[in-house]
Amino acid sequence: MTDSDKGQPLVEIRDLRIEGRSDEDWNPIIKGVDLTLHKGEVLGLIGESGAGKSTLGLAAMGFARDGVRISGGSVMFDGIDLLAASAETKRKLVGKRIAYVAQSAAASFNPAHKLIDQHAEAPINHGTATKAEAEQDGMELYRRLRLPNPDEIGFRYPHQVSGGQLQRAMTAMAMSCRPDLIIFDEPTTALDVTTQIEVLAAIRDVVEQFGTAAIYITHDLAVVAQMADRIKVLLRGEEVEENETREMLSNPKEEYTRSLWAVRSFERPEKPPVPTDATPVVSVQNVTAAYGKVQVLHDVSFDIHAGRTVAVVGESGSGKSTTARVITGLLPPKAGQVELDGQILPPDYRKRSKEQLRQVQMIYQMADTALNPRKTIGEIIGRPVQFYMGLTGRKKRDRVADLLDQIELPAETYLDRLPSELSGGQKQRIGIARALAAEPKFIICDEVTSALDQLVAEGILRLLARLQDELNLAYMFITHDLATVKAIADEVVVMKDGEVMEQGSKAQMFTPPHHPYTDLLLSSVPEMDPDWLTNLLAERGRDNIGDAASDKID
Amino acid sequence: MNAVLKIILQRLALGVLTLFIVSIVIFLAVNMLPGDFAEAILGQGATPEAVAAIRRDLGLDQPLVVRYWDWLSGVLQGDLGNSFAQANFSAFVGSESGGNAGVAQQIAPRFANTMFLAGVTACIAVPLAVGLGVLAALYRNSAFDKAANVFTLSSISSPEFFLAYVLILFLAVLNPMLPSLSNIYPDMGIAERLQKTLLPALTLTLVVTAHMMRMTRAAIINLLASPYIEMARLKGVKPLRIITHHALPNALAPIINVIALNLAYLITGVVVVEVVFVYPGIGQLFVDSVKIRDIPVVQACCLIFAAAYILLNLLADILSILSNPRLRHKR
Repeated sequence: MTDSDKGQPLVEIRDLRIEGRSDEDWNPIIKGVDLTLHKGEVLGLIGESGAGKSTLGLAAMGFARDGVRISGGSVMFDGIDLLAASAETKRKLVGKRIAYVAQSAAASFNPAHKLIDQHAEAPINHGTATKAEAEQDGMELYRRLRLPNPDEIGFRYPHQVSGGQLQRAMTAMAMSCRPDLIIFDEPTTALDVTTQIEVLAAIRDVVEQFGTAAIYITHDLAVVAQMADRIKVLLRGEEVEENETREMLSNPKEEYTRSLWAVRSFERPEKPPVPTDATPVVSVQNVTAAYGKVQVLHDVSFDIHAGRTVAVVGESGSGKSTTARVITGLLPPKAGQVELDGQILPPDYRKRSKEQLRQVQMIYQMADTALNPRKTIGEIIGRPVQFYMGLTGRKKRDRVADLLDQIELPAETYLDRLPSELSGGQKQRIGIARALAAEPKFIICDEVTSALDQLVAEGILRLLARLQDELNLAYMFITHDLATVKAIADEVVVMKDGEVMEQGSKAQMFTPPHHPYTDLLLSSVPEMDPDWLTNLLAERGRDNIGDAASDKID
Repeated sequence: MNAVLKIILQRLALGVLTLFIVSIVIFLAVNMLPGDFAEAILGQGATPEAVAAIRRDLGLDQPLVVRYWDWLSGVLQGDLGNSFAQANFSAFVGSESGGNAGVAQQIAPRFANTMFLAGVTACIAVPLAVGLGVLAALYRNSAFDKAANVFTLSSISSPEFFLAYVLILFLAVLNPMLPSLSNIYPDMGIAERLQKTLLPALTLTLVVTAHMMRMTRAAIINLLASPYIEMARLKGVKPLRIITHHALPNALAPIINVIALNLAYLITGVVVVEVVFVYPGIGQLFVDSVKIRDIPVVQACCLIFAAAYILLNLLADILSILSNPRLRHKR
């Protein structure tokens, strides 16, 4: 089909320029992007963080966040010039003809009102329906989106509904006035894989049923492959390329696009099996733990050997991080014990010796919040060097420089910088250097790559792998991302609801037959194949994906 | 709902405990005041015998702990004791003490007047402050916002008596709409009572509005960057409705707390305004009683003030809890 076959485009953005304010200066965020979207079409916008995807998506609604301004170009929506239109004209348009689905439904639903009231707000205020009609329609949409108890769930408050359900309720809310266009801004990024698949299926269904056009913003290629007719790749506010989804996946033209595609190729060679008589560095033995009266870990056991990575996989709430807290002594277990090199560790970290504390180090998910913003990099890394190794003065400085060298950051440039002057990936490297400073045997990596873009995450994974080979470190790698597991793990522990479902070598884990839950997790990870979701739904049926399937396993 | 009930009961118990501790502090503080009632009432001509007789009569010669116990057990049975000043001393008159001597009888009408003034002020000030705060948040950084801020801030930074005289000048002297004296009597009709109370109420409104308005504005603006406010904007909700319907319900807790503090101030701290308008409230009674060391009245007043603070804060806590749907509706 050519453009002329489709008639007038629904959205036409020409040479759009958007600036963001930092201190006194206006810096370009979007540097002249064109975008055309026809009725009923789904466009995928993809790029790394900072590429300007969300800004562009909001601009398609004629909206700019505080501190952001549209400085040039044009945005036409169905013949209306959104940049010239008055605030009142735009207000009458958004919610009614253009709707928005935000990344975090939990934050984007008002905690003070019931779901159905928030759902009905737009139709009532835009005068498209009465309260009763809007509520009735809401229940109907909840049913179509396969929410449990569709007649009742709307009368709950947001905090009474799970994340995946909220995301679907938000999609229903966007549908409430049957808009011509919906902007989906990373709607599944915050969700677990098994929940994500359910939301994806639901979104695709309603978009198809109502012939709604959509702009689908994400950083996940596999997700966009399922959802979009066409894909546009953005890099630092500029378009890299745009093409039909299949063409884009099979035949990317630009170097940058190819590099995005290539990320998933990193995989470490398999290591020889651990000798059966070797003493594990860390051995978690029959650990049961609770927060107050709520039991969160049930009889968890696994071993981690020197030079090996054990990936602990599971969805949010499965007890991965709690296990880490037990190992570090932050949460003394109710039963069971943790051994380090065959020695039982005191359950409470306050009772552990300095030597025991030194051996177990941790790297965190949010490097941003894990580094003291007022200390220089030299001080941040120097602190554990002095505390654990007793080095001061010249020796301490040399050691810090060595460590920076190990994480591939030149010491002379970075020693005196503050964390705020580093990128996300660099901050995470500092977190690694700080852990290494104690010269530990064992490091817990808690979702260390999940806040990073794929290319940056890949760099971190390669660094961790190299350090492991050089220093014979043992890693416990907490993650919910199975691609990361494939890349770095030697052994895998699958957790669900505080219990270990399955454990074994990576090869075992990724070859059938699987434990049913492992199978569900594996099959829920989107693949690059644009037919993947369609095929999966045909194969398993609607009731064997997501929460519905997860609940059946016990 | 059970969890909320539990929290409320906990706070209530804590409030009672606080009141008990406060009662000790009050008793000690009042009894540490220099001079005593006997010397104050007898004045220059006090002979040691007369002073001792009066002290014995009033039980002032008893040890502190005994007096505290007598007072506390009396208060717990609803008996606030007898006012020294109103008592007839057997030593002088030769008859049994009696008549209108109860502290409770003395305080009750004054306290009712104070509550009436506080109530009228609250009815004007709270809606005004919250309304101004909402509008200031809606039109933030506009001329209206700045004008509202300047006006309320200058009224809170002026002394109360000055505000009172300015209002008297404009509303009673230059335009005689309201009486400048607020001498109200028990048998007055409600309309006349209101008219007489209006000037002091307006003065107090000027004093308390700024604090509440600025908190309302700040609490709302604080929420305007939330994703759910952006969502409301992107649903095409009208700006005023975004503030009143989406921001305000989530900003209630801090606003309620500031309102409670200001209401407590209205009950306990309005002596100056009462003096200026000759309003027969509890503040004046309190100051007079301190002057003549009328210990039972002073203690009772202090206890009432403390109870007002504790109760209003307790109420604010409870309302804050109830305004949070997470606490009202469990998962």
